Amino acid sequence: MQEHFTAMRQSVLDGAPETAGRLAREALAQRIAPLEVIDRGFVPGMAEVGEQYAQHKMFLPDMLASAEAMKAAMSVLEPELKRLGTERPTAGTVVLGTTKGDIHEIGKTLVGTLLVANGFNVHDLGVDVPSEQFAAKVRELGADIVGISALLTTTMRGQKTVIEALEREGLRSSVKVIVGGAPVTKHWAEEIGADGYAKDAVNAVSLVKGLLEHRFALNRG
Amino acid sequence: MRPKLELLDRALLDRIVDEAFTLLETLGTKVGSPEACELLASAGARVEDGVAHLPKDLLQPALESAPHEFFLYDRQGNPAVHYGSDDVHFDPGSSCLNILDPDTQQPRPAISGDLVRMVQITEMLPQYAAQSTAMVCNDVPSEMGDWYRLLLVLWYSNKPIVTGAFSVATLRTMIELLVADSGSRQALREKPRAVFDVCPSPPLNWSEFASQNMIELARSGVPAEIVSMPLAGATAPVTLAGAIVQHAAESLAGIAIHQLANPGAPAVWGGAPAIFDMSTGNTPMGAIETAMLDLGCAQVGKSLGLPTHGYLVASDARQIDAQAGMESGGSALLGALAGINMISGAGMLDFLACHSIEKLVIDAEAIASAQRLLDGIEPRAEKLALDSFAQTGLHGDFLKLKETRLLFRKEQHFPSPVIDRGADSNVPNIISRAHQRANELLESYQRPEISAATQEALLAIALRETKGLRFGHLPGIELTVPTSQFDCHPEQAAFAQRRT
Repeated sequence: MQEHFTAMRQSVLDGAPETAGRLAREALAQRIAPLEVIDRGFVPGMAEVGEQYAQHKMFLPDMLASAEAMKAAMSVLEPELKRLGTERPTAGTVVLGTTKGDIHEIGKTLVGTLLVANGFNVHDLGVDVPSEQFAAKVRELGADIVGISALLTTTMRGQKTVIEALEREGLRSSVKVIVGGAPVTKHWAEEIGADGYAKDAVNAVSLVKGLLEHRFALNRG
Repeated sequence: MRPKLELLDRALLDRIVDEAFTLLETLGTKVGSPEACELLASAGARVEDGVAHLPKDLLQPALESAPHEFFLYDRQGNPAVHYGSDDVHFDPGSSCLNILDPDTQQPRPAISGDLVRMVQITEMLPQYAAQSTAMVCNDVPSEMGDWYRLLLVLWYSNKPIVTGAFSVATLRTMIELLVADSGSRQALREKPRAVFDVCPSPPLNWSEFASQNMIELARSGVPAEIVSMPLAGATAPVTLAGAIVQHAAESLAGIAIHQLANPGAPAVWGGAPAIFDMSTGNTPMGAIETAMLDLGCAQVGKSLGLPTHGYLVASDARQIDAQAGMESGGSALLGALAGINMISGAGMLDFLACHSIEKLVIDAEAIASAQRLLDGIEPRAEKLALDSFAQTGLHGDFLKLKETRLLFRKEQHFPSPVIDRGADSNVPNIISRAHQRANELLESYQRPEISAATQEALLAIALRETKGLRFGHLPGIELTVPTSQFDCHPEQAAFAQRRT
């Protein structure tokens, strides 16, 4: 059994979606519980990717490939979880988007990919998103976190507009707001009343985990 | 001999241009402005779902009609910046939101007073041939963010200006300000004082604003500087050569739109490319590969006969430190050696997120060194050394020679006291020295003479624009003309009166 889990972990580290998917299918065929496959096989792979990234042994393209491998495994395992009625507890629901007038998507897409790989339910609204749309999606999903991205000095003010829209809709107290993007600083985040700022996608994952720590039991081991 | 650096050999250069043409014909480029799509379609482009496929037959005439050179003029109408050949000029980085506070050396949001000081210091430093609309002033409403920067630069400077608009509506306001400054639309067209940066979005997306911007600029005769910004590995191919292909394709598409709107209108093959740091996800402007991209892109532009621009001399350091000096000094030298016509970025730190007056002053020293380098090593007399030795023999007393006194000023550049070459070992650090130099420059600064009629015309536009924003004053502007002539909001008039 341990050999299987080691191979799963390695498939995530290698960023090999085909292998990860195959190993997930094989595990189900051998009647290993899907939750165990996730928590003992694939999640440790993602955890090690994070560690290696922090040590500058792995880089963003490696991490994206690992996230793809994680996704491939989950697409096999999730239907089985549902069938068994043992749905994997989500780490939280996150709504992401880039502010109105801004068409840059790489930053928030990277954040979204890593959040999904870390067990979050992510809804990506895309780019050039009006404030009202952020608020509407937060209401619809009962989101825990809304992440607002802006790359331009001219569009980062839109982050404040989203916070104002959440306030107008009476949603501000129920959702944590995080902001990011090249021109964004901690100072700016504080000034506009956001709950958090991260300088990059990896720190964004830690930030989201930290903000939700008191609400969710993240460690499913 | 003037030293010159090229990174691409002829074969690679040709492959880059060929692939750019192929990319535009096969994959095409997104074009957001319906008018731009119509222009391209009528010239033979296949336009489907907002994507224009541009055949070489369409691009070639655009390259032929685009001027190989043009000048920007100062307030007095003298040619001051030559966009063309291998002439090199520098201007400060632009549109920054934050400034490193001169007293605390900590970043904070920039306000009008900061921009005014930077304009005044830039005015005093001969290393900067042009001003830039360097900061977005956080003490004015964002709706007036772009044109207000230009107003302040026009108000305090004689030099040409590198600027840019944030929307089509405000572009028109900015052109109006330049018309007021020049005296008429015709005068502005004949002797443009400003060039406007226009940025396609990588990869291959000329947004509605950017493409319409190109059309408006072409028709006004105000030069357009295409600032394509591939991020190698993120929004562009990871290889430097691949990212340069994308830059070329985006720039070619911009030139096509521009020249179709008004053949012969001046345009610049500019750029702010960067690598995407695979460790941090940042876009390091001080990375050597970023400088290599700038040089490669400019070389492609030169091979097509176009004036060039690049984004160098900026550093990613958060403070003014050895990293800032290393990155900015290095890229200033590289840009100069490549013969890039306008090099923007001086003064900037922290991935272009923070400006610094002290760094601008220090960068001026790096630029002066680069300019000295471009003068090269020249023979100054018939004999290089023999005549001097004939006088000194083996005593070697060259300090007393007439030639020494005649020629040392040509041979040696003398930096300001920002550069520590003195004997005193207790000099303050470079930030303090730069701070002191900035204060000295500010003390000797004198505002240009601007006619009352021009000031009145500029203010009339400003007050008209602020009227709708319920914004009651023009921070950073010292009014020197009677305001009773303005038909403006009573609150603004009262404020203006108080300031007069």
